[in-house]
Amino acid sequence: MTGSPSVGFRVFRAVFLLACVAFFALPLVAMLDFSTKIPATGERTFADWQALVTNDSLRESIIVSVELAVLTVAGMVLLLVPTMIWVRLRVPRATRLVEFLCLLPLTIPALVIVVGIKNVMAWVNYYIGDTPLALTFPYIILVLPFSYRAIDSALSAIDVKTLSEAARSLGAGWPTVFVRIVLPNIVGGVLGAATITVALVLGEFTFGSLLNYQTMPVEIAAIYKVQARAAVAAALASIILIAVLLMLLSYVSRDRRTREGRATA
Amino acid sequence: MTESPARTERGTPVELTDLTRVYGSIHALDGLTLHIDPGELVALLGPSGCGKTTALRILAGLDRATSGTVAVGGRDLTGVPANKRDMGMVFQAYSLFPHMTVRDNVAFGLKMRGRDKAARNRRADDMLDLVGLTEHGGRFAHQLSGGQQQRVALARALAVEPSVLLLDEPLSALDAKVRSQLRDEIRRVQLEVGTTTLFVTHDQEEALAVADRVGVMNQGRMDQIAAPADLYANPATPFVAEFVGLNNKVPATVDGGRAQVLGVSVPVIEGSLSAGPGIAMVRPESVTVAEVGGGDAGNARVTSVNFLGPISRVYCRLGEGDGAIDLMAQVASSLATRLTPGDPVVVGVEPTAVLVVAAP
Amino acid sequence: MALTATGSDTPTRTGRRLSVGPSLALLPFLVFVGIFLIIPTVTVIVQGFLENGRFSLSNIETLFTGTVMRALWKSVVLSASTALIGAVIGAIASYLVVSGNPDGLLRRGAVSLSGVLAQFGGVTLAFAWITTVGLGGMLQRALEAAFGYDVFGGSGWLYDMPGLILVYSYFQIPLMVIVFLPALNGLRPQWREAATNLGASTWQFWKEVGIPVLTPPFLASALLLFANAFAAYATAAILVSQGQIILPLMIRAALTSEVVLGQQNLAFALALEMVVVVAVVMWVYNWYLKRAARWLQ
Repeated sequence: MTGSPSVGFRVFRAVFLLACVAFFALPLVAMLDFSTKIPATGERTFADWQALVTNDSLRESIIVSVELAVLTVAGMVLLLVPTMIWVRLRVPRATRLVEFLCLLPLTIPALVIVVGIKNVMAWVNYYIGDTPLALTFPYIILVLPFSYRAIDSALSAIDVKTLSEAARSLGAGWPTVFVRIVLPNIVGGVLGAATITVALVLGEFTFGSLLNYQTMPVEIAAIYKVQARAAVAAALASIILIAVLLMLLSYVSRDRRTREGRATA
Repeated sequence: MTESPARTERGTPVELTDLTRVYGSIHALDGLTLHIDPGELVALLGPSGCGKTTALRILAGLDRATSGTVAVGGRDLTGVPANKRDMGMVFQAYSLFPHMTVRDNVAFGLKMRGRDKAARNRRADDMLDLVGLTEHGGRFAHQLSGGQQQRVALARALAVEPSVLLLDEPLSALDAKVRSQLRDEIRRVQLEVGTTTLFVTHDQEEALAVADRVGVMNQGRMDQIAAPADLYANPATPFVAEFVGLNNKVPATVDGGRAQVLGVSVPVIEGSLSAGPGIAMVRPESVTVAEVGGGDAGNARVTSVNFLGPISRVYCRLGEGDGAIDLMAQVASSLATRLTPGDPVVVGVEPTAVLVVAAP
Repeated sequence: MALTATGSDTPTRTGRRLSVGPSLALLPFLVFVGIFLIIPTVTVIVQGFLENGRFSLSNIETLFTGTVMRALWKSVVLSASTALIGAVIGAIASYLVVSGNPDGLLRRGAVSLSGVLAQFGGVTLAFAWITTVGLGGMLQRALEAAFGYDVFGGSGWLYDMPGLILVYSYFQIPLMVIVFLPALNGLRPQWREAATNLGASTWQFWKEVGIPVLTPPFLASALLLFANAFAAYATAAILVSQGQIILPLMIRAALTSEVVLGQQNLAFALALEMVVVVAVVMWVYNWYLKRAARWLQ
C-alpha cells in the first residue's frame, strides 16, 4: 500500500492484539496456578498432576478415551477414504450427496443426535456389549465434517482420475490404484483428518456424559467435586495435548500448501 | 470520446529526476532520470527486478522514492498523496472491484471527484464505447474474460481524464493472441485520447510495438532510451542488444571504424570498441546462410531448423569442440526447408552496422 | 470395505458410467450414516409429534409454555450476543493480523492458535474461567488485592448468563478469525491501490470498496457463530451444573430426570426445536450468500 502503516495504527494494533493474548492466555495460566498451589499455605506442588496416573478411575478414563480415539480414527479412515476415492473415480454424480451427508453433522447439534440415538445405542450394546467403546460409532459421525474437509482438500490437490487412468493403462487393477497410487498421494490429508479426529474425541463431553460413559472429560468433571486440583491438572494436560496435536496439524497442512504452491509456480 | 489523434496538447510532460529507491540493502532504483513528452508513450523494458515497476509506482505515489523528484506538468509531486495525483493506472490483473458493475467501476473515479450520477454514467458509457464494451456495462467483473477485464480497467483509468496513464504489465496475464490484440487496442486508444503514458513491460516485442520511445532498464538504471527502430539498430550496450533480440555473439576484429565479422567487413555503431578483437552482437535476420554443393565443407553445419511460417530459424554451429560458436539465423522458409541437420553451409553477415563490445 | 465391489468390475464395463455396480461400493458409508446420523435425527423429529405412539401436538405445545420460551429466548440472546462479540472482535483481530506481514510469524501463529482455541470447550474451558474469575480465582484474587474489587462479586454471575457470554466468547472469537481470515485475504491489494489511484481516500476506500466487499462474508460468519453457540452444550453443562437457563440445559434435565414421566417426550420436542432453529439459521446463511453476493464466484 502507500508506505508503512501510521504510528497510531501500529500502537492500536499492538494494544488490541496484546489484549487478545491476555484474554486467551490468562485462563490457561490461572489453571496452571490453581492446579499447583495449596491455597492454605500458598506452597507449590505437583502432587495433583500425579493423579493423572495414580488415580485409578481417572487413569482408566484416559485409557478409554485413547482407545476411543484410535478406534474412531480407524473407523473414519476405513469408512471415508475408500468412499471418497471411489466417488471421484467411479460415481462422480454422488459427489454432492456424500458431501452433504458428511457436512450434515455441522447442522445437526450433537445434543440432538444424543437425544435420538438411544434406541440405536441399545441395539449396538446388544451386539458388542455395554462398553464405552460403543461411542466409536457416534464419534465417527461427529468427526465426519472435519475429516471430510481434510481428505477432500488432499484429493483436490491431485488429479485422481488421470492418475488412476494412467495406472490402469499401465496394467494396474483397482486395488493397486487405491493402495499404491492414490493413497500415497493423500497421506497428508488422511493424517490431518486423523489428527483432528483424535483432538475432537479426547475433548468430547456431550455424548460421554449424557450416555453415561466414563470417558476422560466426563471423569474429570466428576472428580472436580472431590479433587478439584487434580481435575484442573488433568483438564489442563488434556488441552495441552490437544493443542499440540492441532498445532501439528496446522503445521503439516501449511507444509503441504507451500509445496503445492511451489509446484504450480 | 472523439478527440482526434492530433490533440496531443492535452498531454502533460513528466519528469523523473535522479530517483533512487532502497529496500534494505537492495537498490531497486539507482539514479533513474526520465523525461516523457506531452502525449508520448514511453515503455520501460527490462527483466523482473530491474526497477521498472518501482519507477511506475513511485510516479503513481504508491511507493516512495528514497531520493530524487517526480514532477508532472512542471509541478513537483513529492509529498502529494496517491489519491491526489490525478493519474490513471491499469494493473496486471484482478483490479476491478468485484461488487460493482462494469459501469460503476468505470465511473468510480468520477464518483470520488464528486460528479453527479448522470454525468458519471454518461462518461462511463462513452469510455466503454471507446474500448468496445458498450454492451457490457451491467455485468460484473467475473463475467468477463481476462482481456475484457483489462479493457474495463483501461476505460476506468481514462474516465477521470488523468494527466498521466500508467500501465503496469497490463497484458502479462493474458493469452498470446489476446495480448497482441489488446496491445494494439491500447495504442489506438492512447493516440486517440493523447494522454502521456508510461507502459511497463518485460516483453520486448510488446514494448517495441506500442511505444514512441523504449527505455531499457538494468539494475535500477536506464541503459538506453530511444525510439524502437533506433534502439534496435543502435543498441548502446550488450545488455540492451541482448534484450531487444540481438542474441548472436560472433568474434570480430575492429579497425578504423569497421569490423571483420565472419569474413565480412561491416561498419560499427557508436559506442562500439574502437580497435582490436571483440564480440559483435548480430541480429538473427542479419545472419546469412548459403547452401553448399558438391562435397564442399562450408564453414558451419546446420544443427536444427524451426519452421515458423514464411520465415524459419536455422541454428548453425561454426567449428567444433570448445571454440564452437552457435548462431541463430532467420531466413526465408523457401531456403530453410531445403536444409536438414548436419548439412554443411556457409554462414556470413549482412553488411549492416553492428555493435562490437570487448570480449568478456 | 468399498474394495469388495472391485472384483465384479471388469475393464469391459468401465465405459458404462451409469451402471449400478460402482454405486454399490458406497453402501457401507450410506448405511453407516443412515444408522448413526439419519435415524437419530428422524427419531427426534418423529417422536416430537408422538404421544403414547400416536400423533399428537402436545409436546409441541409444551414448547410454547413460559419456561421453554424463556430458555429459548436466553439461548437466542446468548448465541446472538456471543456471535456479535465474536464477529466484531474476531474481524478486527483478523484485519490487524493480516495487515502485518502476510506470511509473517504473527499471522501463522494467530491462525494455528485460533484453530486450537476454536475447538476449546467443555470441561477445560469451564475450569479455565472458574479458576480465573471464580471465587478464589487468580484474577479475582489479584484484583481484590490490588483494588479491593471483587470481580466474582458473590452473585454467581459466572454461573449464569453473563458467565456464559464471557466463556462462549473464548471460542467464538477464534472461530471468527478462522472463518473470516480467508475473506480478508480475498481483499486484493490491487483494489486498494486502484481506488487510491482513482482518487479515493482511505475512508472512501473502506466505504465504497472494503466494507461492501467484506459485508457478505462478515454476516455469513456471524450466522455460523450463532449456530455454533446455539448448538454448544458441554461448556454450559459444566459451568451451570444445575438449572435450565438455556435450551441445551433444559434438554439435559429432560433426559436425565427419570422421575417425571413424559420428560423423554419433552426432550424430543426440545431437540426438535434446536434442529429447527439451527436449520433455519443455516438456511438463511446459504440463502444470504447466494442472494446478497451475486458477484461472488
